[in-house]
This record gives sequence, C-alpha cells and structure tokens, in this order.
Amino acid sequence: MGRKSFKGWLYLLPAILFLAFFMVYPLIDVLIYSVEEGYNSASQSFFSYGTYNFSYVLHDPYFLQALKNTFILVIITVPLSTGTALLISLGLNSIKKLRELYQTVYFLPYVTNTLAVGLVFMILFKKTAYTDGLINLLIHTFGGESVDFIDGPYWAKMFVMCFYTIWIVLPFKILILTSALAGVNPDYYKAAQIDATPKWRTFTRITLPMISPMVFYLVVTGFIGAFKAYSDAVALFGTNLNAAGMNTIVGYVYDMLYGDSGGYPSYASAAALILFAIVLTITFINLSVSRKHVHY
Amino acid sequence: MKVVLEHLTKRFPNRNKKIHSEVTAVNDFTFEIPDGKLIGLLGPSGCGKSTTLNLISGLEKPTSGKIYFGEDDVTNMLPENRGIGLVFQNYALYPHLTVLENIMFPLENLRGDKKLTKQVMREMAYETAKLVQIEKYMDRKPSELSGGQQQRVAIARALVKRPSVLLLDEPLSNLDARLRLQTREEIRRIQRETGVTTVFVTHDQEEAMSISDMIVVMKDGIVQQIGKPQDVYDKPVNLFVAKFLGTPPINVFRGRFEGGKLFVGSECILAKEGEKDRPVTVGIRPEGFIPAEDGVFTCDLRSIEVMGRDRSVVASHSECTGAEIRAIVASDCDIPVHNGAVRFNLKSAKVYTFDELS
Ligand SMILES: Nc1ncnc2c1ncn2[C@@H]1O[C@H](COP(=O)(O)OP(=O)(O)O)[C@@H](O)[C@H]1O
Ligand SMILES: [Mg+2]
Repeated sequence: MGRKSFKGWLYLLPAILFLAFFMVYPLIDVLIYSVEEGYNSASQSFFSYGTYNFSYVLHDPYFLQALKNTFILVIITVPLSTGTALLISLGLNSIKKLRELYQTVYFLPYVTNTLAVGLVFMILFKKTAYTDGLINLLIHTFGGESVDFIDGPYWAKMFVMCFYTIWIVLPFKILILTSALAGVNPDYYKAAQIDATPKWRTFTRITLPMISPMVFYLVVTGFIGAFKAYSDAVALFGTNLNAAGMNTIVGYVYDMLYGDSGGYPSYASAAALILFAIVLTITFINLSVSRKHVHY
Repeated sequence: MKVVLEHLTKRFPNRNKKIHSEVTAVNDFTFEIPDGKLIGLLGPSGCGKSTTLNLISGLEKPTSGKIYFGEDDVTNMLPENRGIGLVFQNYALYPHLTVLENIMFPLENLRGDKKLTKQVMREMAYETAKLVQIEKYMDRKPSELSGGQQQRVAIARALVKRPSVLLLDEPLSNLDARLRLQTREEIRRIQRETGVTTVFVTHDQEEAMSISDMIVVMKDGIVQQIGKPQDVYDKPVNLFVAKFLGTPPINVFRGRFEGGKLFVGSECILAKEGEKDRPVTVGIRPEGFIPAEDGVFTCDLRSIEVMGRDRSVVASHSECTGAEIRAIVASDCDIPVHNGAVRFNLKSAKVYTFDELS
C-alpha cells in the first residue's frame, strides 16, 4: 500500500467506521434475526437456525396483501409520475417567463410535511356523516355516484394512494427534469431545426437521449422510493393498515416489530430481506436496461 | 445559388433589461453573394457576424430588409425550408449517435416524395463522408474523434442533403493552430469540389484572407469593405480595415500633408501632389519598410528578431500611435544602424493615409 493510498484510507476512516457501525452491523443483525427460528424477544432465545421465518412471511395473507399493494403502487406511480413530470417540465421549459413562478408552485408539496398533505387529501377525499368531501361533490355535479375513497372499496383507496404518491414525488422530479432540459445545448435544437426535424423526432432522438441519465436516475430512485412507501399510507389510512387492507411491505415490517401484533423481529427481518432482494433485482434490471438506452 | 442581402437590419432588445435602448447587431447590410463562391465574413467579436449568418439561415428574423436565394424571396421562409447547411462553432454533433447516424440524420427527416430508402441514405452518407475523409470512422461516437475529425463530421452532416448554401460560424476556433491551418485548406477543397455557395464567419483575418474568394469586413454591425482579400488588404477604405487586416498589424503614425508632401514628425516620407494641407493618420504595412543608409524615415531601433525566412525589425518613433513599430525585411538585407537609429525608405504602395485621426 503506497503512502498516498494509506492517506486516502485514513481520511475515509471516520466515514467507514460510521457506515460499519450504523449500516453494516444492523444489516448483519437483520440477517441473523431472519434465520433464527422461534425467537423469543423476552428471553432472547431461539430454537434453531432455518428458513421457517421466510416461509411464514411468504404465507402470511397480510404480507401477500402488502406485497400486492406495494407492487401496484410501484407499477402505477413510477412511470406515471416520471411521465407527468417530463410533460410538465417540457411545458415549463418552453414558457420561460412563467418558469420561476411555476417552479415555486410545483415545489410546494415537496417542502410541505407529508402528513399535512395527507390531511388535505383526507379532507378532499373522505366521506363522513356530515359531508361527502370535495371530490365526491365534484363527482356528483358530473352525475356520478359518490365513493368513499378512504374507507370504501379497494380500487378507490388504491387510487387515492397512487394519486397521493405521484403528487408527493412530482415536484422533485420536475425540478430535476427542468434543470436537465435547460442543460441541453440549444445548438442541438437549432441544428435539428435547420435539418427540418419533426417535433416528435426531435424529442425522441435528441431531447430524450440527452436527458436520459436524469430520467434513469429518477426511475431508479422512484422504484426504490415506492417500494419503501409507508408513511404515505399511514397519512391517508391511519396506523391500522392491515385492517384497511392498504399495508405496504415496510408497513408490514413495522407492524411485526412494534404494531399491535408486534414483537416478532425474526418475521420483520425476513420480510425486510425479501424487500431488499426485490429492490436489488429491480435495480439490476434497471441497470441492464440503462446500458442500452442511457447516454452519458 | 446566389444569395442577395438587401438593406438587412437586425435590432435586438438590450440583454440588460434595465436599459431600454436596442442593440443594432446588423445595420443596413447589402451584398450579393455570387453563386458558388466562398465568402469570408470577418470582424471583431460582437460585430454581428453570427447574427448575419443566422439571418441567412432563418434562425433569426430581420427587423427590416430582404433576403433572396436566387430569385426567391426567402425573408419570411422558415429555416427548415431554405435548404441550407449550417456548421456550428462547437459542431453540435449529437453525442449519442455514431458518425454515420449523425450524417444520416438530416436525410431521415425528408418526407413525402423526397423520402429516401435506408440504402440510398447510407450511400449518400458514405459519399459525403468520403468527401470530408472520415469514412473510416463511421461507427465511432463523436467523443471518440479528435476536434478536427468532429469538425469534418459536422461539415459532412451539413453537406449531406446537398444544401444550396453552406454556412459556417467560426468553424475552426475550437481547433489548435496546426489543425486550424489544415482544416481551413480542407474546407476550401470541399467547397471547390461541391461548388456550394459558402459563407464562412471568422474573427481571424488570416483565416478569412487565405481561403475566401471575397471578404466582408464588419464593425459594429456595419459593413466596412467588401472585396477580394488582396484588394481589401492593398486598398483599405478606412483605418479600421487597415488595422484589422495583416499580421503583424499595420504601423500607425500621426502625420500631415504640407505642400504636397507627407510628413511624419519632421521628416518628409513621401511626395503626394495635389493633397490639401491637413493632419492625417499614416499607416505603413510592415513589408513597406526598406532599411537604407540614406533612408527618409528614422526610427529608434529596439531589437531585431530572426524568423527564418525574414527578419522583424522592432523600433519606436515619437509619432507612432502603437507601442512599437514592426518592419518585416528579408533576412539577407543589410540593416544599417547608427547611434541606435535605423533609417528606412518606404514603398509608396504600402503607405496609406486616412483622414480619421486616431
Ligand atoms: N439574442 C440576442 N439578444 C440581444 N442581443 C444580441 C443577441 N444576439 C446577439 N446580440 C448582440 O448583437 C451583437 C452582435 O452579436 P453577434 O452577431 O453574436 O456577434 P459576432 O458573432 O460577430 O461575435 C452583440 O452586441 C450581441 O451582444
Ligand atoms: Mg459569433
């Protein structure tokens, strides 16, 4: 080891120690918990090592519901929020005068507390004995049947959940994409214009490849973020997510640890590891797709 | 195709929004670019060269004036319909596309009865690539090419759809000195081979002089002089043009006409019959000095620099407006020096007088 690299390691040491203590150690701990069968948190004892915890979790209807909810959330919100953000950013990019104002407006949800936004959504969507909520009022005026979005049918709850998630992540994506779009050298567009490139082709062949690293970044972080969704569900449907049928994987992990049916760190660890495996797989798929379509 | 510019004027609102006055980037530009010629548009930075080019390309709309391509009025025609090729200073090659894809890009946009098959597009792309000699690199990305090669790709992309006018905006300024020299010869060759009417923008007078059929010298949006490079060099219409052309630059002195003679300081340097007595600015090209024992013009010698083929005599004079005088003399020529003073005879064709006083 050369003098230089020794120095480098020395500078990194605090960060490495910190990471080891707060990340690597807990990770290993989770791994160990997940294979300890019949763990008793009171006596801190267990029967044997094995894969029973995983098999339990994978057969638990609550976990399967959470898995389904999470996947629906991911599959709907990631493409939709990224696409919507791209559309809005393209719009913002073409009307320069309004850009700053709009950027502020769109950024408001980002700086507003998740729970506060959740409360607003509740008021908009919830049906109580006294009022149907603003959205139902709207549905009524257009001649539709009122729906309870918070305590009603599954699809209605899922709709609110997705809508809310997209709403929450939109500002950040718009911010990233507007700056990515603004970073594209206008000469490319001039060259394309001189060559009579149709608008759509300019977008798909020039704009999109130019901002592809940022789009890719948003898709990857979007996937990870949506897989880890939890607080959004709580903000909308309260803490008893299993009863509402709106639990997520992270919510399931939390419940296994601290919920009313809690006290099962082994199940929680197994569920967390399953989530980890899923996120890892998806990220690998993303990476391999990106190799073809992302241009740095 | 000839290009006619008629009283072309472009005003921009001031970039500094607090100032409400307008910037006149191009002022009453009238010029007919003959078919198949290479025109050098020359002037210092900010004089309106790029704006003129953008007006021709249609990327900017003129405030007033007209543009004709051949007999057609294209003043209000969109850039994509004008049939021009444009080469940018930074090349603007699409970085994610290969050289071949870059060159084919304009062809793929052709629609309707002009639509080409993939095969024809490839052939045209290869043909153009051969013309600019980059056919060996068709599968590379622009980032895998040198600056000079990228420039050729940019030219190929501009030429592939056989434009009637080729516009180049400072195409060589991102290249190093040696490549600049090489590439400008290349541009000249390509222009000759294709016979495309070409406008070449540069702030480098040497570049413009060396490859242009005609040069247009601009200053502050106003055309100063138009002509063959040698003519403009030999007969500059004003002090600005005289100073702008030539390396080393022309030497400028305060002088006066008195009794039909031209004086600088106390020395009469030339006889010029019929000139009214008045103060003038005198410009002498570096190659207009002939060192001579009995020369008419005395300067204080500073140094003599050897530059291979010829020598550069650096001197000073109290009436000189610049920091120093530079004279270029053949290396086998005697330079008599007495008490630190050197004397010159002058070639009268290399001595200019201007009524503007600097
Ligand atoms: N879009 C614009 N808005 C305002 N002023 C401009 C614009 N484009 C050019 N100008 C001004 O017009 C003048 C000429 O610019 P330009 O044609 O780019 O000069 P050159 O290419 O000769 O360096 C400059 O003073 C420049 O600041
Ligand atoms: Mg310019």
